[in-house]
Amino acid sequence: MSSSAPEHAASAPQCLQLNRFGQLRHFLSIEGLSRELLTEILDTADSFIEVGARSIKKVPLLRGKTVVNLFFEPSTRTRSTFELAAKRLSADVLNMDIRTSSTSKGESLLDMLRNMEAMASDMFVVRHAQSGAPHFIAQSVTPNVAVINAGDGRHAHPTQAMLDMLTIRQHKGSFENLTVAIIGDILHSRVARSQIQALRALGTPEVRVIAPNTLLPAEVERLGVKVYRDLKQGLKDVDVVMTLRLQKERMESALLPSEAEFYRLYGLSAEKLRWAKPDAIVMHPGPINRGVEIDSEVADSPQSVILNQVTNGIAVRMAVMSMAMSGQMAEMAASQEVRP
Amino acid sequence: MKLEIIGGRLIDPSQGLDRETDLYVEDGRILALGERPAGFVADRTIQAQGCLVTPGFVDLCAALRSKLNARMATELKAAVKGGITSVCCPPDGSPINDTAAVTSLLREQARDLHLARVFPVGALTQGLQGEQLSEMFGLKAAGCQMVTNMRRPLGNNRILRRCLEYARTQDLTVGFCPEDYSLAVDGCVNEGFTGTRLGLNGIPAVAETLAVAEALLLTEDTGVRAHFFQISTARSVELIAQAQQRGLPVTADVAIHQLLLTDSVLDSFDSSYHLHPPLRTERDRDALRQGVRDGVIQAICSQHQPLELADKQAPFAETVPGMIGLETLLPLTLQLVEEGVLELQRAIEALTVGPARVMGLELGTLEPGRPADISVIDPECQWVLTEKTLLSACKNTPFLNQSLTGQVRYTLVDGRLVYEAESK
Repeated sequence: MSSSAPEHAASAPQCLQLNRFGQLRHFLSIEGLSRELLTEILDTADSFIEVGARSIKKVPLLRGKTVVNLFFEPSTRTRSTFELAAKRLSADVLNMDIRTSSTSKGESLLDMLRNMEAMASDMFVVRHAQSGAPHFIAQSVTPNVAVINAGDGRHAHPTQAMLDMLTIRQHKGSFENLTVAIIGDILHSRVARSQIQALRALGTPEVRVIAPNTLLPAEVERLGVKVYRDLKQGLKDVDVVMTLRLQKERMESALLPSEAEFYRLYGLSAEKLRWAKPDAIVMHPGPINRGVEIDSEVADSPQSVILNQVTNGIAVRMAVMSMAMSGQMAEMAASQEVRP
Repeated sequence: MKLEIIGGRLIDPSQGLDRETDLYVEDGRILALGERPAGFVADRTIQAQGCLVTPGFVDLCAALRSKLNARMATELKAAVKGGITSVCCPPDGSPINDTAAVTSLLREQARDLHLARVFPVGALTQGLQGEQLSEMFGLKAAGCQMVTNMRRPLGNNRILRRCLEYARTQDLTVGFCPEDYSLAVDGCVNEGFTGTRLGLNGIPAVAETLAVAEALLLTEDTGVRAHFFQISTARSVELIAQAQQRGLPVTADVAIHQLLLTDSVLDSFDSSYHLHPPLRTERDRDALRQGVRDGVIQAICSQHQPLELADKQAPFAETVPGMIGLETLLPLTLQLVEEGVLELQRAIEALTVGPARVMGLELGTLEPGRPADISVIDPECQWVLTEKTLLSACKNTPFLNQSLTGQVRYTLVDGRLVYEAESK
């Protein structure tokens, strides 16, 4: 019993993300990326985990390169892991908190990007509240800047999804026989969209989403998932339980009556976790609302792999940054060869 | 000034006409079709062999200004190049057309330009604020045939009902851009799989159909004539057809791009496809096509919306919705004919007498005695739409650099040649 095949649109995002050799040059979305490429990211990340365990935690892959963290939305954790990943790759890192700088002075996004380019940046790590902002930036900047999506609107959070995949692979070995359930606010979640795409691309036979109708996007089943409204049914025979953060705003916008009712129906307690397989692992992208989407008892239990996710985050970001930079450089070298 | 158009294929759906014949113009009016009237000596002869000769097109919705570059002068040049001789412009320009003075000003500007006719649509409420009735008697006296509140919400249904009652009193048609404000307010694409995939907020189909249903009930209640601008959903076509069957005075138009495109074109966040109403599903598009075939939808319009480059250069949801359409209305309509979606007669009808009747205009026809607004079209001419060839001051169209078929050779307004294509 497997979920129906996910539907993809045309290949435009894929073309934008890959160079002429099919290597990563931007990392904007999981959509359109092959199983081989995703596996390469995971394998590369695996090799970087060892770097984090050394006493000198640096490799020279991005030495002399400038990475700019363009965060249009506040995020301490994601930004920190990107910063740490870039530094471990020996890059120079510039952190831009855009909310407090240029756009508040009415400068357009495009003008601001031109300025960043003029500083001879090599890579932009972009977090933006608008879906598609990293695509727009990748299309607008000079071709030699690599763009990494660190979360855009409700659209995608591909590095989060890949660190989740790495965590799953570490605990379950492979994806071929897994049943994975994602619980909660699918509608607003860029994490869920990228997780679904990554799981499906890596060959996970069954991906489920569990939520009330108000938190499910239209025609979600066409992403290749099975939809459950009931947690007990949805967790039956599940190997991996992925919980999502529930924002407080959801109560105010008439999507849910209260946190308490959400917890009662969908909050993961130790008791409800027993509906899944006994060896099921529990994940959360953080930060956790304890007692809303997940109980402390579960978050801190041996089944929880939440802290592994954080550790893997640095390795995955190192992998993606080094791969995109080398893809970008291969593209530049090839395009210079073509010119007389 | 006497003018003759010789050897063309005359298509005039207002008279059920489709035959090769000649046409004679005198003093700004159609003098005769067929035999040259005795004693008629033309000052100018247009050879139209291989061309279609149709009434000039009537476009029910075209904005004529952008923030910086587009002005009535630039956009009317684009209109006549596209064979459009009458342009109805929505009231949300700057200033908002909510008084006789603004209407008169717009009409005078248009007259002085000697290009296409302009028929300003008036605001239903003052400043389109949705609270106070506009001075509809004054608007009508100044030349408005229709009033609308665009997509701006009315304060409440009591205000809307009174607006309709007052418009009825002034014998004005009320134009609805049907959209439930609260259901649509955050959206920028159709609510469906594409929006889900891209993580873009959706405008559900029911945002439109709810507003259509509400407007139809209030139309019936007040007896006002209603027109629906740019419907985009299958269910709207159904609701409007039912109302028409029950004899309500209800008409509708559709934007040409809604007959061609669906939201599946949106896969890479291309802001040139950011439109309002949004592109919808294949099912919706097919129902809109059927609606045009059946006559439930009387008119195809350009929904021309000139926008500056900066308006489209931002993350998708932050861009301004709309595309230009005056210069692509004809070739895209002919594409529908070529693809077998529409009969040529029906397509030309939806560009001429269909919209003219919606606006209560004695235009869109080649009947002798009527104003000589005429388009002479080379239906086979292939050309590529480029920023250079576009006369509109703005270039926001997803059809840039595409090959199109069908081009206007001559456009006449009031018997005067207002556009002539460079000879090949």
